[in-house]
Amino acid sequence: MASSIRVRATSNGDITEVQALIQHPMDTGLVKNPNGELIPAHFIQELKFECNGRDVFVADWGTAVSKDPYVKFSFRGAKKGDELKISWTDNKGGSDTTTAKIA
Amino acid sequence: MTTFSGPHATRRLILQGAASVALLGLGNLPFGPARAAANDKYPEDAFKQKNEADAIKALYGKTAEPSDKVKLDAPEIAENGGVVPISVTTTLDKVSSISFFVAENPNALAASYRIPDGTIPAVANRLKMAKTTRLTAIVEADGKLYSATKEVKVTVGGCGG
Repeated sequence: MASSIRVRATSNGDITEVQALIQHPMDTGLVKNPNGELIPAHFIQELKFECNGRDVFVADWGTAVSKDPYVKFSFRGAKKGDELKISWTDNKGGSDTTTAKIA
Repeated sequence: MTTFSGPHATRRLILQGAASVALLGLGNLPFGPARAAANDKYPEDAFKQKNEADAIKALYGKTAEPSDKVKLDAPEIAENGGVVPISVTTTLDKVSSISFFVAENPNALAASYRIPDGTIPAVANRLKMAKTTRLTAIVEADGKLYSATKEVKVTVGGCGG
């Protein structure tokens, strides 16, 4: 299965800019489907970015993060070619992991 | 990845549970609830709080003061409350976390980001908003909280189906 995570990490000298887009329904648990039944909550709770063995960015998310979430941040201390590891876990125990090379 | 199986699994889990409870107990003594945002556990309780003040209290255990060093960028009017692009940057030093609160949502805390050393204290993301609301960004820097707020008008709410 294709990864749910799309990530672009670009090095600009000392600073690496990371943009990530994740496919996930991010259901709040408050919305009804067309049959009037509540769609149970299903959302990413934790998203983690690791580079060279340390966490560079950790997101704790609630249901108010939009469907197919997007996040952007920058960090120091990595160079071109380093690997960035991205992983998420959701409230139903689902998870996904991918790695991206810093370009 | 290892999976727990066999007759030892429960015993190990119980021991682990006991150990972490003991650790948590000790760890909390000198700091109180203010540690919640700094340690690396998902702040379940803070996400369950309904209103903004309770959520801030549950997450950080203290209150924030407004600061012009926190720059919150959000649209004046959001056409679609389901996807509102929000970003925050700050010139503050020693930032350890950045959080977003949407006052009128069913649960005020929307997202909380941990910013380790070496990471630039700026983040952009997209949030849902139920209706026209006050949006608050809180930056935790050097143990203190600084906030910026902005009113966002929502024409179509982000919670309807």
